[in-house]
Amino acid sequence: MSSIDSRPERDRPWMFRTYSGHSSAKASNALYRSNLAKGQTGLSVAFDLPTQTGYDSDHPLSRGEVGKVGVPICHIDDMQVLFDEIPLEKMNTSMTINATAAWLLSLYIATAERQGTDQSALRGTTQNDIIKEYLSRGTFVFPPEASMRLTSEIVSYTVDHVPNWNPMNVCSYHLQEAGATPVQEIAYSMANAISILDVVRAMPEVDDETLSRVFGRISFFLNAGIRFVEEMCKCRAMNQLWEEIGRERYGITNEKMLRLRYGVQVNSLGLTEAQPENNIIRIALEALGVTLSKKARTRSLQLPAWNEALGLPRPWDQQLSLRTQQILAYETDLLEYGDLFDGSHVVEAKTAALLEEARAELQTVLDMGGAVTAVENAYMKQKLVESQTDRLRAIESGEMTVVGVNAYEEAVDSPLVEEGAGSILKVDESAEREQIASLEAFRNRRNAAEAERALKNLEDVIRNGGNIMPPSIEAAKAGVTTGEWSQVLRDVFGEYRAPTGVVAAPVAEVSEDVSQVRKRVDALSETLGRRLKILVGKPGLDGHSNGAEQIAVKARDVGMEVVYDGIRLTPQEIVQSAQDEGVHVIGLSILSGSHGVLVTDVVAQLKDAGMGEIPVVVGGIIPDDDAEKLEAAGVRRVYTPKDFDLTRIMDEIVDVVAESNEG
Amino acid sequence: MPADPASRPETTDADALAAARALAERVCAGERSAISQALNAVDDNRESRREARLALLDAVTPSAKGVRIGVTGAPGAGKSTLLDALVSGLRERGRSVGVLAVDPSSQRTGGALLGDRMRLGSSARDAGVFLRSLAARDQLGGLSEVTGPSLDVLTAALDFVFVETVGVGQSEAQVIDVVDTLVFVAQPAAGDLIQFMKAGILEWPDLFFVNKSDLGDVATRAAAELRAGLDLGHRRDPDRVPPVLTGSARDGIGIDALIDGIEEHTAYLAATGLGETRRREGRRARIEHALQVRYGRFGMAKLGSAGDVAALVLADPSASVDRVIDRLSRRIERALTGGPEDDGGA
Repeated sequence: MSSIDSRPERDRPWMFRTYSGHSSAKASNALYRSNLAKGQTGLSVAFDLPTQTGYDSDHPLSRGEVGKVGVPICHIDDMQVLFDEIPLEKMNTSMTINATAAWLLSLYIATAERQGTDQSALRGTTQNDIIKEYLSRGTFVFPPEASMRLTSEIVSYTVDHVPNWNPMNVCSYHLQEAGATPVQEIAYSMANAISILDVVRAMPEVDDETLSRVFGRISFFLNAGIRFVEEMCKCRAMNQLWEEIGRERYGITNEKMLRLRYGVQVNSLGLTEAQPENNIIRIALEALGVTLSKKARTRSLQLPAWNEALGLPRPWDQQLSLRTQQILAYETDLLEYGDLFDGSHVVEAKTAALLEEARAELQTVLDMGGAVTAVENAYMKQKLVESQTDRLRAIESGEMTVVGVNAYEEAVDSPLVEEGAGSILKVDESAEREQIASLEAFRNRRNAAEAERALKNLEDVIRNGGNIMPPSIEAAKAGVTTGEWSQVLRDVFGEYRAPTGVVAAPVAEVSEDVSQVRKRVDALSETLGRRLKILVGKPGLDGHSNGAEQIAVKARDVGMEVVYDGIRLTPQEIVQSAQDEGVHVIGLSILSGSHGVLVTDVVAQLKDAGMGEIPVVVGGIIPDDDAEKLEAAGVRRVYTPKDFDLTRIMDEIVDVVAESNEG
Repeated sequence: MPADPASRPETTDADALAAARALAERVCAGERSAISQALNAVDDNRESRREARLALLDAVTPSAKGVRIGVTGAPGAGKSTLLDALVSGLRERGRSVGVLAVDPSSQRTGGALLGDRMRLGSSARDAGVFLRSLAARDQLGGLSEVTGPSLDVLTAALDFVFVETVGVGQSEAQVIDVVDTLVFVAQPAAGDLIQFMKAGILEWPDLFFVNKSDLGDVATRAAAELRAGLDLGHRRDPDRVPPVLTGSARDGIGIDALIDGIEEHTAYLAATGLGETRRREGRRARIEHALQVRYGRFGMAKLGSAGDVAALVLADPSASVDRVIDRLSRRIERALTGGPEDDGGA
């Protein structure tokens, strides 16, 4: 018998997904079909920020954001186009949607119905994890209590009506992106899962049997970082802890329900702008952490593209990531073996150590009242800001090596990012205009009275404590829009502004560089007559506040007074705040690609308010040619992920303020 | 900081003074950009700007009539949420409102993370609300000296101005010196009430708001405990028992009653003359504290006995606090350096 014939049976591989969507439902549909044809086995839908935060494409806050970081979905026709020629009874669709999860799930169910498929046949996931939104991603809308209600209602609805659906992905992915250590990732995600399970358990319609099924349907979304050995141990630890929690806290005995099910996207925070081709290797190595150990293997894997730190990936970039998965799954012998690490005292020791620390941190959160309390009192957020600050300092000081960034920087220019290489996808500015036009057309052709009725019914049901799903599905069919649905909920539940976690950030150890900049800040403050004051804020809907928070903390460390205004600001609010606070300089952070529109708005409004002499600096994901345009419009400096040395940035801001105050 | 007699110009810059007075007029008219510029000027510690700064403050002080409200209480009691609700409530009644948020500076870096104004939800986004963050930079851990003058500017322009502090010890005590009405936010069942009663902190507030009434019995009991404690205890104003209100800042319950309570207190202060007395007291405390910080006990002694100091301080009630600090500073310096008697017209 040949050696090929004597090979053991291989396991079926995990599901291959790629997080994608942009511009319009039609363009995204084409992309999905092409990815599926290339061998992708599941879908992962990226929605644009207005859709994620409950605004129609023509809302003032949607300006500049439509179709940029994902697909705009305003109503059922958009949803139907998104899944055109993709039979939903056969597809497994993961939707990264949180505050508006109930709405998008309703649209999905209504679309399936139009395709002739009953909801009971649907397979997929709604991310539906609000706690991590408060902590790091920023697309929350409603306050914690209301959000817990919405989440638990999706859970209780699907467990009976859409039994193969994962109503929630408890996300630790975003916690790592916000700087969480493995212990924090484990502890806070478990605390999060517990807070939802406690709410569901308390629902009168949920008995022991149902709770067991609910437990079995809670899945996780993890991160896989470059320290892949530790990451693998982290997954093994989470396996154990989840089972412990299931048995001890919820009395679950069904083995199948106790298994930890999770999906993964590998780490994007560590992807570099400098020598970006290195990211190809990073991504492949990170995949190992969640595939090597069979016992702790992921069920579905999303690999970001090598150029994520530069901008949106093109189909070719996504293809490369998909091929990486396919080579790992089909060319290697990984799937031919049982678990490689059972019995390894090294792995077992590390796993046990992580488990012990995680249990302790979890207990700390539970003792203060659970995850929701730990959000409202900013405990978890502050811990994350601290970890992120530590991480950045370690990179700045060289303690933590990042190849191509603080070590081995000497390099041949990358042909992949040459002038004119077109190495990222640029969303056509006309996409926003077209989407708005399409939305208007939809409003004109729908039955306004039916939509009105459905909205009234939605409000009544919510106010009377009924489950959100049935009236939302009706509303979806009646042609209600995303913004209309969300506004009803805003009216009932109110909007929430989460604590920034930044105020209590401890002061750093003083390094020589920081000391130098501090002296310059002191000197400039003397000259100005009062302490240098900076406003840091995020215009538009992008909620990824980690960068802005680190800038705020560093600015305080070098002696500036910092007004940190947080996220979701309109240009007017920024200008008003700058005026009231009497700041010397404004720092804006945008990662969603809407900088072209929003930054120029701020600059223009500053001029109108007579504050044109106040300098503006910008940070974010901004391609070189856009940076040039911003500078031409008056922005004094543009910073991107390659500018990791925050102390240097502060030094330059001192220059900028000094220049503006000459004469 | 101590003014160096040698660097003080003999003649003042008439243009700068005229500009300062013009700015003061615009502030009193409620012009937003003027308020901001005035606040910047008040915060400017350069010697070259001193006379203009004093002229500005002299010009706004007589019009500094807005109501100053301090909001205090333990961390976690819901101060920010309550403040947000109060601001919205007042705006709905058509009043102009400002907030001065005082945050601690880092003693090590000199920098500060200010405001967390995001917590001031929807009211912060209302273009009618003026929000300024101030770093508490006092070396003795007290309220920054800029707080008082900043409030003078704000209250010359706005109907109501709130002072929000982090609520950690010393700065609390000095909030008394700069506000007319002090509101204390308590949370039920936290056990702090007893501690506060023991520490004597409860003798200062003029109104109490027991938050989180959604907790039911626990909140009602806390309110009852407070009322009992206030009846028996020593109070700053022995003629009035501060009302204890209950409600929920988050759910908007009891806010109207609290605003009514604040307005009633304002009327009471005016009718009894207690408001004037408090302002005078506040001025005296601010002036003394400033001189203390600069010159210590030794320097203060140069002004005479405590009674002499008080008399000096109260001698010219229409002058701005900073003007009096300036005059007395010069007097002390001359006494310390043995220079000629010239108090610059005090």
